[in-house]
Amino acid sequence: MNNEEEKTLKNNAFKVWAVFATSIGLVMLGILLVKIGMDGMHRLSLQFFTSLPSRRAEDAGIFTAWVGTLWIMGTTALIAIPIGIGAGIYLEEYSKKGWWSNFLEINISNLAGVPSIIYGLLGLEVFVRLLHMGESILAGSFTLALLILPIVIVSTRESIKAVPKTLREASYALGASKWQTISMQVLPAASGGVMTGIILALSRAIGETAPLIVVGALTYVPFTPKSVFDSFTVLPIQIFNWVSRPQAEFLVNAAAGIIVLVVITIVMNGSAVLLRNRWQKNVKW
Amino acid sequence: MKRLIMTTAVALILASCGNKQQATTETNTGLKGEIKIDGSSTVYPISEAVAEDFGKANTGVKVTVGESGTGGGFKKFGRNETDISDASRPVKASEDSACKAANIDYIELPIAYDGLAIVVNKENTWLTKITVAELKKMWEPAAQGKIKKWNQVNPKWPNEEIHLFGPGTASGTFDYFTEAVNGKSKDSRGDYTASEDDNVLVQGIGGDKLGLGYFGLAYFEANKDKLKLIPVDNEKKEDGDGAITPSAETVQNGTYQPLSRPLFIYVNKKATERAEVKSFVEYYVANAGKLAKEVGYVALPDAAYDLVKKRFAAGTTGSAFAGKNTVGVKMEDLLKDETAPVETAAADKK
Repeated sequence: MNNEEEKTLKNNAFKVWAVFATSIGLVMLGILLVKIGMDGMHRLSLQFFTSLPSRRAEDAGIFTAWVGTLWIMGTTALIAIPIGIGAGIYLEEYSKKGWWSNFLEINISNLAGVPSIIYGLLGLEVFVRLLHMGESILAGSFTLALLILPIVIVSTRESIKAVPKTLREASYALGASKWQTISMQVLPAASGGVMTGIILALSRAIGETAPLIVVGALTYVPFTPKSVFDSFTVLPIQIFNWVSRPQAEFLVNAAAGIIVLVVITIVMNGSAVLLRNRWQKNVKW
Repeated sequence: MKRLIMTTAVALILASCGNKQQATTETNTGLKGEIKIDGSSTVYPISEAVAEDFGKANTGVKVTVGESGTGGGFKKFGRNETDISDASRPVKASEDSACKAANIDYIELPIAYDGLAIVVNKENTWLTKITVAELKKMWEPAAQGKIKKWNQVNPKWPNEEIHLFGPGTASGTFDYFTEAVNGKSKDSRGDYTASEDDNVLVQGIGGDKLGLGYFGLAYFEANKDKLKLIPVDNEKKEDGDGAITPSAETVQNGTYQPLSRPLFIYVNKKATERAEVKSFVEYYVANAGKLAKEVGYVALPDAAYDLVKKRFAAGTTGSAFAGKNTVGVKMEDLLKDETAPVETAAADKK
């Protein structure tokens, strides 16, 4: 084998490997979607979206569950986004580089690896009991916000880091203050990455069950919340309950619930990607 | 960008507000209030069914049901966070003292039976019945790493590997089975395929000719085509001669022993002063038998429901089951013997 042939061979082998790696994820997702679609698609109806849980699988629905999920996701986003972006800006733009900032950085990365149930226990003690939020949407949202903060912070930092230094210098040269530079130049330029982080973070939060069960999310809630202080249930908990029931008809309900959860996630991610793309087009440097 | 996200989130919240369906002002019975239930996921389907029907007749009462497990439920109950606790085993001494410390008196009400099924694969031809002694030989801690083949348990069985399936250690079913078979709760070999999701066990045994496992009878009923139910012999004449196949009948009349267990609700005595809680519990006891059957459990005998009703009406506090061996004991006997424990009776008078 001459040198040229060997190069081509290596080249092709690497290409095959890359295609294979990409397709694993896609094929798995495809299998899941097809299986779930076959099991649950016929169960989706207006009745399914407007009914309460029931012992009769055909009467049962996800009304309070999907409304609860929207409440939780909305409130979590309201809490996590400003705090996460704020912390990311501080760490990247204001804090002095040194052992302290290294220490913080390592710890934040570590937080991302803590099992979600631990956040649940923390939330139960701090938000539910210490701060007397009770087993409410607010307590659940704060817990999920803590869970996703590391992702938001790290991605904010990374995308701020990627903004060219010349941009900042140009801004200062024109007499802009630090705050003006950050808010008008750095953040808009970094928004693509920040948005990606938020999307990933919220997508993680939407499927979480364990921490919410610990902070007191219920399974049977026959009313929708009126405020963030009400008790609640969410889609993953309802799905989990149905999956563990003996009767096969509940498994159909679970499949239909999963479809709804997947669609909500796709819509959320899709709109965020759209927003991001639109935003990035407006950024010129 | 922040503003955009904020507005989206606010819009989402407003949208979900607009979707409220419950007309909470409309009441059929005039009862109003909130009733909080939490606890065992085994009991959950019954409580859900009762809450569903009660809620239809009493639209002013909001009943919520959680499933944080029997132990988790008692923790909340002992902190006055719930009105009713679902339990798939009697209250433990530690949970009882937590309630006492918080000045909580409870009324213990058995509401249904659950049978544990011993199942094998459909293609298993050698196993037609099993004794409790044989089960113990398979499942006791000493069997770990040693009992690996069917013929080690009984020489008549084949010289083939045995594959065991059972619930995980956090499950009330695990607690009950280990107590009934191995003599001590949570005493079990650890080298078996464990899952908290009984449907996983069903799949496992259904696909393994050499498998054997245990889980709630309802899961067998729903998967009859994949599994074979094995009659159990506890070698005691008074519980019926020979091996007994679990069924609604044998679980209810107490001959399927020792693998049928009672399910409970524990009601906070103080909460029963609220009209909606009192009326809910009365509704629960009156309909538990019918609804338990509907969701796959076994009703208590009518005589037992009468005793449970009387127990609630009298407001008898304390546990008739705690600390006693509930394995193989008939429910009516326990309820009849009942006299309220001294301290709680004194506390009532205050």
